[in-house]
Amino acid sequence: MSKELIQYICTVADNNLILGQRLGELCGHGPNIETDIALTNIGLDLFGQVRSYFQYAAKLEGGNSSEDTFAFLRKENEYKNVLLVEQPNTDFAYTIVRQFLYDVYHIRFMENLQKSSDETLAAIAAKGVKEVAYHARFSADWVRRLGDGTEESHRRAQQALDDLYTYTDELFHQNESELSLVNAGIAVNTAQFKSDYYQTIHAVFAEATLTVPDQKYFLKGGKKGIHSEHMGYILTEMQYMQRTYPNMQW
Amino acid sequence: MVIKLENQDIDSRLLPLLDAVNDPEIPVLSVVQMGVVRSAHFVAENQALIKITPTYSGCPAMDTMAVDIKNALQNAGIQANVELVLSPAWSTDWITPQARQKLEEYGIAPPLSAEADKAVLLGQAKIVACPQCKSKNTRLISQFGSTACKALFRCDDCLEPFDYFKCLK
Ligand SMILES: [Zn+2]
Repeated sequence: MSKELIQYICTVADNNLILGQRLGELCGHGPNIETDIALTNIGLDLFGQVRSYFQYAAKLEGGNSSEDTFAFLRKENEYKNVLLVEQPNTDFAYTIVRQFLYDVYHIRFMENLQKSSDETLAAIAAKGVKEVAYHARFSADWVRRLGDGTEESHRRAQQALDDLYTYTDELFHQNESELSLVNAGIAVNTAQFKSDYYQTIHAVFAEATLTVPDQKYFLKGGKKGIHSEHMGYILTEMQYMQRTYPNMQW
Repeated sequence: MVIKLENQDIDSRLLPLLDAVNDPEIPVLSVVQMGVVRSAHFVAENQALIKITPTYSGCPAMDTMAVDIKNALQNAGIQANVELVLSPAWSTDWITPQARQKLEEYGIAPPLSAEADKAVLLGQAKIVACPQCKSKNTRLISQFGSTACKALFRCDDCLEPFDYFKCLK
């Protein structure tokens, strides 16, 4: 059970970790000071949640493991984040649409994780759900502004949606080990809010005058550790300090 | 006088020491007044266990607060272990009326209710008073301000920008 639980914590935490890393890349590069601060603050919230998850995972694993070994010393195929969050920032529209597609999922996920029979996970979720509510409000607001904005912002937002929509289905993939934790009352049964997720994002895209692509095939792999070409670059930068100076501490 | 909250379980001998430790981001409030210290007890003679809870998960001030608490107690000859607890989640409701007033005097507009917060952040209501001139003719500039717990506002009367402490509960 403990091994499965550690795996599950990684699938949950890795989404935050990799998206947070992507948002961190924008520090000092946001389109203006307010969005720059907002995006890095969102990244900070995500990292805060990651620390709680990994501290818990490290406690379960015991030995020499720590939050840092989970964050920085795994190999690429041991990261279980979905492909969506590793997609590059590209432009502000991409960054916002990617964030929105994740936030709408994340808030529902955290609402449900609060009810987990695992007390630590429930506590992390109860804390984090309040933060994620702010993220979701920010990204939805910007989706509307960009989509229903200028011709150029609309074009870019539409492009981002066309390219990123294909990664949404993976958010709801659950393997057997995860489903056994669902049955044990520990993991979140994501299937129960899937239709609500799509209804919500479609409604916001409609308000934003954006067209949802007619998608028949969805890309997946990250949750199994099979990542896109972007992942290696992310890890190279993220793991640099720990790989170069093993066990270094701030 | 030391003011503590109803739901804080703090040994009266530790209370004045902890109340002298300030929040590094909001130096007019102590870690007790912020509601960050959940409990504080002696576990042995000159040994204490202090439990603190983060305001936001990623609050970088937490590590600083833990060190500051340890140092403050050390100076009083007490060895402290500081433990981070997540449950129950910190809420802006825990900020006392006195602390809210101090926030405002310091230039940070104190948090309103969650419903009011939503209306304010969506630009539907003008109910956040400028801490400088008290005018409610204010508007949101950014939902995220200088720290994770604050949003950035501007007063359209005195034209000063100010921080608003976001509601969290
Ligand atoms: Zn004013």
